[in-house]
This record gives sequence, C-alpha cells and structure tokens, in this order.
Amino acid sequence: MGDEVVALEYEKMIDFTSASINFELIYSEISLLVAAFLILLTAFQRHLARLAPLVALVGIAVSFYFALQQWGNQMSGFFGMITCDDFGTAFKLLFLVVAALTLLIAHRFLIVKRIGSPEFYALLLVSTMGMMVMANTTDLLVMFLGLEIMSVPLYVMAGYARRSLASNEAGIKYFIMGAFASAFLLLGIAFVFGASGTTDLRQIVADYSFIVSNFQNYLYAGAALILIGFGFKIAAVPFHAWVPDVYQGAPTPVTAFFSVGPKAAGFAVMLRVFLFGFEQMGMLTELFWVLAVLTMTVGNVLALRQDNVKRMLAYSSIAHAGYILVALCVGGNDAISAAVFYLLAYAMFNLGAFAVIVLLETRSGCKSDFSELSGLSSSAPYLSAVLALFMFALAGFPPTVGFLGKFYIFSAAIKSGYILLTVIGVMNSFLSVYYYLRIVKTSYFEKFEGTFAPAPYSPAIMVVLFITVIGTLGLGFFPDRVLEFSQSALFAFL
Amino acid sequence: MNLDTIIFAISAVVAVFGAVMMIGQRNPVASVLYMIVSLVAQAVLYIQLGALFLGAVLIIVYAGAIMVLFLFVIMLLNLRGREDLGAGSPLVSKVTKFVVAGLFVLELGFVVWSGVFPDSGSTGIQSSASEFGSVKVVAELIFMKYLYPFELASILLLAAIVGAVVMAGRAAVTETDESDDDDPVKEQTVDEVHD
Repeated sequence: MGDEVVALEYEKMIDFTSASINFELIYSEISLLVAAFLILLTAFQRHLARLAPLVALVGIAVSFYFALQQWGNQMSGFFGMITCDDFGTAFKLLFLVVAALTLLIAHRFLIVKRIGSPEFYALLLVSTMGMMVMANTTDLLVMFLGLEIMSVPLYVMAGYARRSLASNEAGIKYFIMGAFASAFLLLGIAFVFGASGTTDLRQIVADYSFIVSNFQNYLYAGAALILIGFGFKIAAVPFHAWVPDVYQGAPTPVTAFFSVGPKAAGFAVMLRVFLFGFEQMGMLTELFWVLAVLTMTVGNVLALRQDNVKRMLAYSSIAHAGYILVALCVGGNDAISAAVFYLLAYAMFNLGAFAVIVLLETRSGCKSDFSELSGLSSSAPYLSAVLALFMFALAGFPPTVGFLGKFYIFSAAIKSGYILLTVIGVMNSFLSVYYYLRIVKTSYFEKFEGTFAPAPYSPAIMVVLFITVIGTLGLGFFPDRVLEFSQSALFAFL
Repeated sequence: MNLDTIIFAISAVVAVFGAVMMIGQRNPVASVLYMIVSLVAQAVLYIQLGALFLGAVLIIVYAGAIMVLFLFVIMLLNLRGREDLGAGSPLVSKVTKFVVAGLFVLELGFVVWSGVFPDSGSTGIQSSASEFGSVKVVAELIFMKYLYPFELASILLLAAIVGAVVMAGRAAVTETDESDDDDPVKEQTVDEVHD
C-alpha cells in the first residue's frame, strides 16, 4: 500500500497538462462559432436572412481548412483539456462534411415546408462545434460539455417544424430522453472522479493499477453509467427506444443529421473512453459483445416490419451502430481504423439515401411511406437508380463502400478470433438485405396509382447526390486513400 | 462568548426559522420569501467558515436568480394559497416521506457524531485548507485550469438561449401548410398559446 502511494505520487509528477493557451488548437471550432454568431445577427437584419446558409457554408469551409492544418500535429493545450491527435482530427473533418451535406439537403426542404429561418443554420453549426469538442479531448468533463453543446441544438432541431404534431413529439421525446441520459453520464463521470480524483483519461490510464486496487467498485460503476449515457447517443439496444419516433417525427434533413453526426460523435468518445481510458478494465469485451449482438439483431428484425421509409432507416441506423459496436468489442488499432472507415462510409451512403427521401418528401402530401415510392423508376429513373445504389450500399453489396466498411470490421474481428460474433454479424447483414431491397422492389416493380407533382430538384441537393454517389462508388473502387486516412487516425497522446 | 459565536447563533436560528416557516406557509409567495431569509442566513454561515465566494454565490444565485424564477412560476400559475391541496396522500407517498426524512436524520446524526467523536473509526468531517473556497482559489481554477470548460459552458448557455427563443417565438408561417397541418386542434392550441 505504502509503495503504491509513492508510485502514485511519482506518476502525478508527469506533466500531462500543457499549460499553453494555444488558440491554434481551436481555430476550427472558433470559425464555426463566428459563423453562427454572424447568422444570429441577421435576426436584426431580416433582409440578410437569405445569406445565412451561405455564411454557414463559408464557416464550415474555413473550419475545414483549419482542421486540415491540424492533421499530423499532435498537441495538447489549455491545461490538458484539449488533445489534438489524428483520431480527433479525422472525426472533426467527418463532422464538417456531414454538417455541410446536411445544410445543402436542408436548404430547399426548409423553404418548401415554410419552416426556414436563419437560426436553423446557427443551431446546426453550434451542434457541429459540440461534436468537434467531444472528439478532441481526453477529459471527461469537456466531453460532457461537448455532448451537451451538441445535444441542446439537436433537441430544438428535432422540434423545428413547430406546426407539425409529430415534430413536436420528436423534440419533446428526444429532449426528455436526452436529459435522462445526460444525468446517467454525469453520475458516471462523478463516480470515476470519485475513484480516481481526476477527469483526465490519461491520468486515469497512468494511475490505473492504483485506482483499481483501491476503488474498483466505484470505477466500474462509473464506467457502466458512462456506457449508458453514450449508449443512448449512439442508439445501442437497449437504449434505443427513442429512435423510431424521433427519426420519423423530426424534419427529414434533421433526421439525416441525427443518423450520422451525433452517432459518429458518440462513437468517437466511446472509442476514446473505452479503448483508451478503460482499456485495462476487464469484462468490457463481453459487455460490448452482448451490446453489439443485441443492437444488430434488434435493429434488423424490427426494420423488417416498417412501412415508413424514415422509420425503416431509423431501425437500420440502430443496426449499423451494432456493426460498429463489433469494433469496440474487438479493440486494437485495426478495429479502431475499421470503425473510423465505417463511420465515414456510413455518412456517405446514409446521407445520400436521406437526400433522396428529402427530395421526394418536398412533393406536397408526402409522408415517406413505402407506397409513395412505387413507380418511381418510370417517373424519375435517375433518382430511383441513385436510391437503389444507396440501398445496395446500406445492405453492404460490393462494389459499394458499404461492403468494404463491413469487410474491414469483420476481418478485424476474425483476426482477433471473434468467429461467432462475425457469423452473427454476417447473418444480420443478410437479414438486412430484405428490407433494403424492398425499397428497390417498390420503386422498380410496383405500379403507382394517383399523382404526385414531380420532385423539385434544386442545385444544392444535386451537389449532395453527386458527392454521396461519388463517395459511395468511388471509395468502393478506390478505398486506398481513405483507408490510409483512417489507419493513421489513431490515438496518440502526449 | 465572543462575537463569532453570537453571529453564528443568530444566523443559525434564523436559517432554521426560515426553513420551518417556509414549509408552514399556505401562501406560496410567503414561502419563497421565507426561503430567501433562510438562504441569506446560510450565506452568513458560509462566510463565517471562510468560504467567502460560496457565500456570495449563495446569495447571488440562490437568493437572487433561482428564487426570482420560483416567484415567476408561482405568479404565472396564479397560485394564491387558497388551492385545495387534497385530503390525504396515498400510502406510498407517506412511506416515501418517512423513509427519506429518516435517511436525512441518519446522515445528520452521522455528521454530528463524527464531529463530536473525531476518532470513532471514520475520518469524519475535516476542515479544509484555509484557502479553500476563497475568491482567489476559485478564480485561479476557473481562469487557469478550467478555462476551456468554463468558456464551453457559456457556449452551451448561448445554445440553450437561442433554442428557447426559437421554440418560444411566433411561428414564421401564417398561411396553412398543407403537408404538415393535418391536425386542426393542434394548430389552434399553438395559436392560442402565442396570442
């Protein structure tokens, strides 16, 4: 005991806290915030409101530039509260791409549904900034604040269509469940702090053996509560109950953002907390094994019975979270880079699929039911071809990037000897083919009765479709660069 | 008996008096006022213990902001103290009351016990370093080590304010939107709330 105390004292002398207040570390966050402030200022100059999406895009572009500058630089600053490594920077870039695509998807939709106002873009930017904060820290306190900065605008965005009952319901449900999950997360952080005396994961790793030998129960309770808090954000089963209603009720571009952005941010912190901070903790592998199997299976089975495309995609997003949880179960550098690659790929084809749904929903009277897709191949042949491509990618067919994403995750699992888990995962992918191809079947082989106005194409959404198609197919054929990118996106700590 | 003890005695009595009067009132506004009395007396206790900052914050945040919020809610709900509070509470609620109260009594007993007998096994209550809770220490923590989280918290508040304004503001639409307004009842309630 006495020796351990001495050891602890010695460990504490290592300087984890680069005290430099180095603003270079947060230039990209700051540029998003500046853009958000500028947009909020248009509340006083309503005739400038039209410029809001443009200002937001410029802000995202500037932020992207600064994030790229950080690539390869491993730095810590603000007394150890910020840690920039390639893992965090990779996620920063991903969030910015997602935000830009969401913005382009949303623009036309908001105008058509008459719910557009500049605040939407400001909220989107602030939420993205919260995600970037989450990805770029090893401090649990900062992670929590980032999570809240991400979530608070999301609650509002879910209920943004204020005249729609479903959207109101989505906002309230997400808010209440989100607040509940935050309470779990905060209690977990408090437990971990109680056990270790610090909120910095690097300090916890350094003192791990001392903490475990003295305060094991508190640390484990804290880790479990943190898992519940993050499990909610990534919609892992059994914390998924809010997903279908919120995804279906929220305005569709917001649903697109939900299904990719917060999920990627949740996984970024989960990978960081559980594969770095609590890496030496026992039982985690078994825990994630069960979570992954549950999430995959429940998501896929429930998706089979849905009649609404948004609801189906909601369950599908739960299933995809299950595939990424496989990576968390496996652990190790291969699995981490596979998870990053999967999240990138998933962002591409899932946002693409949602862009098509948004485009179809801008026709008046549409509710995104399956029946509305019938006959799409004759009325809009290109659009239905693109939709089919995204469905193939979601199901994981080669040569799309969806196949490669699953391939990397499952091959990492096999390499580490998780044969049964891989078999269950592959069986689940087969199961998912049924409901993804149901969309293709409806749009190609079913006759349409009644009339819909043709979907109003807008340049913004064409850009989104172009980028996502290129991403889905191009990365499928030439994954080398992105793979290289995700393989260098590993934790590196000072 | 020195001055410290006299001040302590007075403020302790006032704090307990305010707390008891607070639960005894039928008029909610009077309850809130008694709670402010109790909080101010507690702030005096904190300041006596050397926690100057905590004392000031207690007055500014609790007695100031939160109590005003309470008053605001009470006035919005238009409570006048003549409401029927219900004849009796269900058994579960009665049991819960006593269990929670019992737990608090136990906790209080433990604190007093370990204060009276410091060596009775547990570490008990220890006085903190004299600097603890002073403005200087708190400021050093907030503006040095926790600068980044502190600034993040301000952004979080900003996001919450913008969100509240967006949700509470009048909907920008005046014409009916055919695709989203399937429920006439809903629309009516939305208009009522904001007119």
